[in-house]
Amino acid sequence: MAVLSLDQVVGGYGDTQILHGVSMHVDEGEIVVIIGPNGAGKSTAMKAVFGLLNLSSGRVFLDDNEITNMPTEMVVRQGVCYVPQTANIFPSLTVEENLEMGAYVRKDDFRPRMAEIYDLFPPLLEKRKHAAGTLSGGQRQMVAMGKAMMLEPKILLLDEPTAGLSPKFRGEIFSIIRTVNNAGTPILMVEQNAKQALKIADRGYVLVDGKNKFDGAGQALLDDPEVAEMFLGGGSHKVAS
Amino acid sequence: MIALMEFINFYLIPGIVLGSIYALGAVGITLTFGILRFANFAHGETMTLGVYFTWTLMQITPFHPLVILPASMLLTVLVVLGIDRLFYKPFRASPTIMVVMASFGIMLMVRSVIQFVWGVQLKGLVPGIQRPMVLFDTLRISPKHMVIIASAVVLVLLIHLLLSRTKIGKAMRAMSDSPELARLTGIGTEKIVMTTWVVGASLACAAGVFLAYDTHVETMMGFKLLLPMFAAAILGGVGKPYGAIAGGLIIGLVEELSSYPWIGTEPLLNPGYKAGVAFAIMVLMLLWRPSGLFRGRVF
Repeated sequence: MAVLSLDQVVGGYGDTQILHGVSMHVDEGEIVVIIGPNGAGKSTAMKAVFGLLNLSSGRVFLDDNEITNMPTEMVVRQGVCYVPQTANIFPSLTVEENLEMGAYVRKDDFRPRMAEIYDLFPPLLEKRKHAAGTLSGGQRQMVAMGKAMMLEPKILLLDEPTAGLSPKFRGEIFSIIRTVNNAGTPILMVEQNAKQALKIADRGYVLVDGKNKFDGAGQALLDDPEVAEMFLGGGSHKVAS
Repeated sequence: MIALMEFINFYLIPGIVLGSIYALGAVGITLTFGILRFANFAHGETMTLGVYFTWTLMQITPFHPLVILPASMLLTVLVVLGIDRLFYKPFRASPTIMVVMASFGIMLMVRSVIQFVWGVQLKGLVPGIQRPMVLFDTLRISPKHMVIIASAVVLVLLIHLLLSRTKIGKAMRAMSDSPELARLTGIGTEKIVMTTWVVGASLACAAGVFLAYDTHVETMMGFKLLLPMFAAAILGGVGKPYGAIAGGLIIGLVEELSSYPWIGTEPLLNPGYKAGVAFAIMVLMLLWRPSGLFRGRVF
């Protein structure tokens, strides 16, 4: 059953339409990747889920509940967590305080959950009293994801989690994403490093000009000559792997 | 030895007293800047208002200003929350410059109301001159100054506990770090905004009352503190409450110490130029390190 689904979503910022009918879904336990050229509306599609832009038509569902145009704070309470591409941690708060803020909307005791997050990301336990802004890029990403996971979200949305990181860190982040997913959280992510992302993904969507272009299993998209030619850099371009 | 005592009695202690007052005021400025994202020109008037509430309560009750302080803090907070609801809330999504201008208008309005209601003549909060307490034969501290410094220390500790131990305090710091991420995290903006006003107005009231307790009551007293308080907030790093406390202390100390006869027997700087010291620090800081000592936000 789909945890999250977008049905023919149309919308944008102000007068600028960016999405012209995007449909996608994420099933229980899946990693789904959105790829496509710059300006295709990848991040915008994700923001559409999160109440960050106004949808003029189309619908968004979480489980069976409609969350179309729901205010951000409510979407969080419904169990969707979003990790933005930049500024995704509170740099002057300690690692532990960042995790506490992640649990801000929880009313119950979140300490067992915090212990689980520390188990998942052992480096964070060591640095829990340090200001999050002083950590390395990879560890910051752990804080960002750990913070999002404090709510035990039904689904985690990641906006270009490896943007601006060196290839070494990229591998680290992808393995973190796998770890998080193996722990039971479905993931929808936008990724520039399409090849690497598709390798760990169950399925992928290719967006072009705010519309669905291709979709399919991660490996199938990797093997598709047209997708490879257009979006994975083909053979002639340099591809980080 | 006598020179040292003179330094401590007439420069260092007054510097710490003034610095504590600036520090308490600057916390409100920096929190408003960090969380509501505008420079609140009316913050000085919040102080003045707190002082006049205290003065009035002292006319009708026999208590010490410190005993009355919680009540006048409460009154000040209520007025400030009312102002937020009426004047700032409609501007919440507007460009910063509009809110800044609104705060400028509030400043003029509040000051005029104060002048209209209470008059413009000088008043004393506590009558008479207090004798300084003499410790170890030479150390002379006026009881007023001891009260002010001790109360400021207590208030700073309370702010620290609020910001580091409570959920709402941590959320305030989080929102000051990144309002966008705070929203994505599900931190309710309005509750944090209200808490910011409560903390800022309480501390402004306290700072104003301490100043009036040390000097006198007049309608421009808060406005005169606005520049040094902004200087303190910028020195400490905008949006950083601990920075504002440090910045306030530094500016208060430097202002007082600038007129000490460091070289020869004349004051290094004529005391008439004291107010310029805060301004000079602010300008130098903006040139040299706009993010402040505690790496605050840069605008």
